Amino acid sequence: MPFDGGSPVAVLAADRISKSFGSVPVLFSVGFDILPGEVHALIGENGAGKSTLMKILGGFHQPTSGRIFMDGKEVVLPPNGQAEDLGIVLLHQEFNLAEQMTVEENMFLGREKSSNGFLRRKEMREEVRGHLAEVGLNVSPTARVSDLSVAQKQMLEITRAVSRQARVLIMDEPTAVLTTAETELFFRQVRRLRDNGVAVVFVSHKLGEVKEIADRITVLRDGQWIATRPARDLTLDAMAQLMVGRELSDLYPPIAEADVDAPKILEVRNLTTPRVRDVSFDLRRGEVLGFSGLVGSGRTDVFEAICGLQQVEGGQIRFDGQPVNFRSVAKARDAGIAYLTKDRKGKGLLLEQGMLPNVTLLALPRFVRNFMLDRKAEEEALKRGIRRFDIRARDPNVRVGDMSGGNQQKLLLAKIMEINPKVVIVDEPTRGIDVGTKQQIYHFIAALAAEGMSVVVISSEMPEIIGICHRVFVMREGRIAGSLTGDDINENEIVRYAAGLKEAV
Amino acid sequence: MAHSDLTKEQGRTLPKLDLKTMGPAIALILLCIIGYSLNPAFLGEGNITNLLTRSAFIGIIAVGATFVITAGGIDLSVGSMAAVLSGVMIMVMNSLIDVLGTGVATVMTGCICSLILGIGAGMVNGLLTTKAKIEAFIVTLGTMGIFRSLVTYFADGGTLSLDFSLRDTYRPVYYESFGGLPIPVWVFLGVSVAGWILLNRTAFGRYCTAIGSNEHVAQYSAIRVERIKTATYVIQGFCVSLATIIYVPRLGSASASTGVLWELEAIAAVIIGGTVLKGGYGRIGGTILGALILTTIGNILNFTDVISNYLNGTMQGLIIIVAVWLQRAGWRGRGKTAD
Repeated sequence: MPFDGGSPVAVLAADRISKSFGSVPVLFSVGFDILPGEVHALIGENGAGKSTLMKILGGFHQPTSGRIFMDGKEVVLPPNGQAEDLGIVLLHQEFNLAEQMTVEENMFLGREKSSNGFLRRKEMREEVRGHLAEVGLNVSPTARVSDLSVAQKQMLEITRAVSRQARVLIMDEPTAVLTTAETELFFRQVRRLRDNGVAVVFVSHKLGEVKEIADRITVLRDGQWIATRPARDLTLDAMAQLMVGRELSDLYPPIAEADVDAPKILEVRNLTTPRVRDVSFDLRRGEVLGFSGLVGSGRTDVFEAICGLQQVEGGQIRFDGQPVNFRSVAKARDAGIAYLTKDRKGKGLLLEQGMLPNVTLLALPRFVRNFMLDRKAEEEALKRGIRRFDIRARDPNVRVGDMSGGNQQKLLLAKIMEINPKVVIVDEPTRGIDVGTKQQIYHFIAALAAEGMSVVVISSEMPEIIGICHRVFVMREGRIAGSLTGDDINENEIVRYAAGLKEAV
Repeated sequence: MAHSDLTKEQGRTLPKLDLKTMGPAIALILLCIIGYSLNPAFLGEGNITNLLTRSAFIGIIAVGATFVITAGGIDLSVGSMAAVLSGVMIMVMNSLIDVLGTGVATVMTGCICSLILGIGAGMVNGLLTTKAKIEAFIVTLGTMGIFRSLVTYFADGGTLSLDFSLRDTYRPVYYESFGGLPIPVWVFLGVSVAGWILLNRTAFGRYCTAIGSNEHVAQYSAIRVERIKTATYVIQGFCVSLATIIYVPRLGSASASTGVLWELEAIAAVIIGGTVLKGGYGRIGGTILGALILTTIGNILNFTDVISNYLNGTMQGLIIIVAVWLQRAGWRGRGKTAD
């Protein structure tokens, strides 16, 4: 094992850490160390124990057994984020910002500068301005956080951590919500921090990014330590293999030949909404249609408008040959269109509830017999979903919020399948999901299409658009910039359309 | 297979909530033991019926409040609504004596009038919250003031009394028994059973829970959020008017002090029962126990001289705070192991 627990150079080290929740073991004797001035990436499938290990390193969980060293001395990290005083900052996946307060107030939350009990606002504002400029975050210190975009909030969190002189910065999928350009900016910040001697722990499912930014990589699988290696020694394929423990040559399923004469199930003409202009496209039976483009280019808006979630200003929609205008999600559902949101936690699932109420929620009218819910039928539906989508829950009564991202996504798929849809729209279906589950989801999508369902895949990850779609539309600034078929579907073409270097006439 | 017991468990609640679900029942049993040890007459048949009858008003209103709160709303106007419904009902019946006489027809018209107005008032609360998108707290704070001042205005600052000639016809609704139980208790029972089925066994109940848990998820799951939320306020209005109908014959009058603080007692009953104030988890059974607990405290204080009866509110307040504190402890423990 390349790990020596008491290495005096490691700013933070974990030695044979195990952790169980109740009777469920999550980590088995894992070793991990982080040196000053390095970026150490932690990768593994969902449920591999990455989050738990990070929370232990941040002091949020106490290990069941094993020791933690800081600067070579054994320590017990204080709980509830007090480890920040030691210079260990953990950035959670969920934002830790006071939404109704301003950028400036958030930056100094809990350590406001004051004299004689009065806030030194001017001084704080100047300092905040300096930090923001440094990071290149273009927001006013007096802007309310609730008015910022997701990416801006993320950058603000990072800026705040930077401003607190973190020695160890632990980040849980910081780039999941960032666009490519924002990610670049973010990496520049991370490198700058690293060069200043900060130790960065970086968790991501985007292996390409890991390769780009990390100095060393540690792989976890099923709660076990698998490997710690210099990043330059690992290829992307090698990383994926270490993560899942098997060859992943068939990440994408074979695509059945598209039937160009299949009947059109959805025809959209000149659809216009507040954020979409003149969008027209057809969707055939059994087809997988990709929608690519930058975040905010209007992809989600098109389909939310079709499904009655957003206002339609103009254009025609024909479903199965009939002109339609779904004013509510219920109408779209009854017709057989299911939209699977990209915001699993905010819009997709009831996190406080169990799996059963979640899986039947969209199709609930189907489970009503004599005005009552048919409990038996609901249980059947859950069994069906668990079997069909291979949902692996530790405990069948688990709160959905405690399930891994991959299982949540599978549960969402099970949920929309209960309406027996003709058209399934999946928005960022693999966001924050490990490579093994990704592979499963791609195969599910291909299987649905093979059964004659039509699938729309909205995604910012070009490889998956290229890997599973028959045809691809690229959107830019609320319009369709171009469409690609067959061998023309490649990253180069998509980027040219998305960035506005090329426009279909 | 493991799945069958899996889903059976699921049918009730998530694990770790058991102590919480049992809490109100244990509290009520403890109160009964205390009451009995202080005065054995506490468990006498007469006192038990009295206790149940008195619980009926708050209990019926609280069943409605359970729906509103489970769906993430709040209704502060119920006490004032009960007062204004009583007042209008009495005025309507009094003025109908000349036309319809002093018989059942007049009383029935009065009751129907109360039901229509109650449902209408609930609809107003609901539409203002959902369509006008004003927070429920503000809307019902407003209507609370409006209803309260209306009854004062109708009574001209005094008391509206039911005409004596009508009392004989209407009295039995409160004072008569049927099969050993007073009629208000039957109504309470009926409302409770209907409420339990509606919340736990129908799609509507599931929708209320889903909306209270996360409104966005509900919307994306094809739930007509505005319609369901409005419906919870309508149910609340309906419950208030039912409570009013059995309350009016008790005193035969209405004034500005009718139903004062009922909204707080109703909300307290709901919370003591284990329903989560921010929505997403509701328990009708708990609400009923909550209403019984509140009435029992007052009743015990009436029975003994250990604590002054004037401290009734203090005892109720303490019980509410302790109940919520216990709930919190439960949630926190759950979060710790679940993560």
